[in-house]
Amino acid sequence: MLAATRFKPSSTESPAHSTAPPGPTEMLRRSAAVFQKDVTCEFRTRYAVNAIALFAITTLFAVSFAVGGAGISQTVQSSLLWIIIYFSGMSGLSRAFVREEEARTASALRLAAAPGAVFGGKLLFNLVLLAGLEAVTVPLFVGMMGLQVSGWPLFVSVLALGSAGLAVAATIVAAIVSRANAKGALFAVLSFPILLPLLIGAIHGTQAALESAKFSAGMQDVKLLVSYTGVMFIVSILVFKFVWED
Amino acid sequence: MLLKLLLGIWMVAVIVAAFLFAPPAQGFAEPEAARIIFFHVPLAMVAALAFVIAMVYAAKYLSRRDLMDDIKSSISAELGLVFAILATATGSLFARVQWGSWWNWDPRETSIVILMLVYAAYFALRAATESAEKRAALSAVYAILALPPMILLIFVVPRVMASLHPSDTLTSGGLSTQYRLVLYPAALGFLGLYVWLFKIKTALAEVRLKLGRY
Repeated sequence: MLAATRFKPSSTESPAHSTAPPGPTEMLRRSAAVFQKDVTCEFRTRYAVNAIALFAITTLFAVSFAVGGAGISQTVQSSLLWIIIYFSGMSGLSRAFVREEEARTASALRLAAAPGAVFGGKLLFNLVLLAGLEAVTVPLFVGMMGLQVSGWPLFVSVLALGSAGLAVAATIVAAIVSRANAKGALFAVLSFPILLPLLIGAIHGTQAALESAKFSAGMQDVKLLVSYTGVMFIVSILVFKFVWED
Repeated sequence: MLLKLLLGIWMVAVIVAAFLFAPPAQGFAEPEAARIIFFHVPLAMVAALAFVIAMVYAAKYLSRRDLMDDIKSSISAELGLVFAILATATGSLFARVQWGSWWNWDPRETSIVILMLVYAAYFALRAATESAEKRAALSAVYAILALPPMILLIFVVPRVMASLHPSDTLTSGGLSTQYRLVLYPAALGFLGLYVWLFKIKTALAEVRLKLGRY
C-alpha cells in the first residue's frame, strides 16, 4: 500500500483526507501548513510573542537588578538562566492550543488536519517562539550578568537541546490543559513535574559549560537531554490523538 | 474478610519483629533508628508500584474506553499519594536522626517529591474537568506522560548527581539475613494493605457507578 502511493507521480495533488497513511515528507508539509496558519494568527494579535518577550525581559531586569554587581556563583547563574527561560515559556507556550479553544476554531482544525500534523505544527510554532525568546534573552543575560562562558559549543548545545525538550513537553501539556476548564493555573502545575528531569540536566550542563572548556564535562547532561527529548517526543505523538479527538 | 484478618495478624507480626527480632544496626548515628527501613522502604516501593498500576489502568482506559478502568486508575493514584506521603515523612524523620537535617534535596528525596507533585497535578487536572469521559482521557494521558520523566528521575538523575541513599544495598547483599527476614515480609504486608484498600474502594466505586452517582 505504501509502495503504491510512493510510485504515484508527485504532481497529482492528493486530497487532505486521503485514507493512505502519509509519508514523512507529506507529514512535514502538513505540519508546516498548520505552523504557517499559527504564525499568521499570532501576527494578528502578537499575544504570545508579547507575553513571552515582556515576561522574559522583566524577569531578567528584576534578577539583574537584585543581583547587581555581586559576584554570584556559576551554579546560581545557570539556575537563574533556566528559571527565566522556564517561566517565560510557561507564560506563552500554552497559547497555541488555548487560542484554538477560545476562538472556537478547534473543531475546524480537527476536520482540516490530521492529529499528527496539528501536533507537529504547534510544536514547530513553540520551538520558533522559544528560539526567538532565547535569541533576545540569552545575549542580554550574558551581558548584564557578566557571564563567563568557558565552553561555547557545550553552552549552545545544552541551550538548544533544553529548549527542544521544553517545547515538546510544553506542547503536549498545553494540548491537555486547553481541554480542561482552569487553563491558566494548570499549565505550570502540570508542566513542572514533567519538566524537572530536563531542568536538572539543563542547569547542570550549563554550569559545566561555564566552568570547563571541554565538551566532555557536560556529556552526561547532553545524553540526559537527548534521551528526555526523544522519549517525550515519541510518547507525545502516541498519546496526542487521545487528547485532541473526543 | 479473610484477607483483612490475615493482613491484620501479618502486619502485627511484622511490627513486633521489626522492634524485637531485628538487632540494632551498626554503623548508624543512632543504631535503633535503622529499624525505620522496615516501614520506609516498603512504603516507597508501594508508592512507586501504585503509580505504575495507575498508569497501566490509564493505558487500558484509552484502549477499551471502560469508565471502570479510569476509576481504578484514580483509586491507585489516591492510594499511591498516601503511601508517598508516609514514605516521605518516615524518610524525613530518619534524615533528621542520621544526617542532621529534615531535608537535603538528595536525588531520592527529589524523586519522591516529584512523584507527589505528579499525583497532585493529576488530581488538579481531574478536578478541573467536568465531563467524565474527558476527565478520564485527559488524566490517563497525563499519567502516561508522567512515567518517562519519573523513570529518568529515579534511575538516571541519581547517577548524574551524588546521592545520600544507598542504591545497591538490596541487590549486593549489604543487608544482614535478619534484616532481610523482616524487610521482605514487611514489603509483602504493605503490598497486601494496598491490595485490600484498592479492593474496598473499587467495590464502592462500582456500586456508585451502577447507581449513577459517580
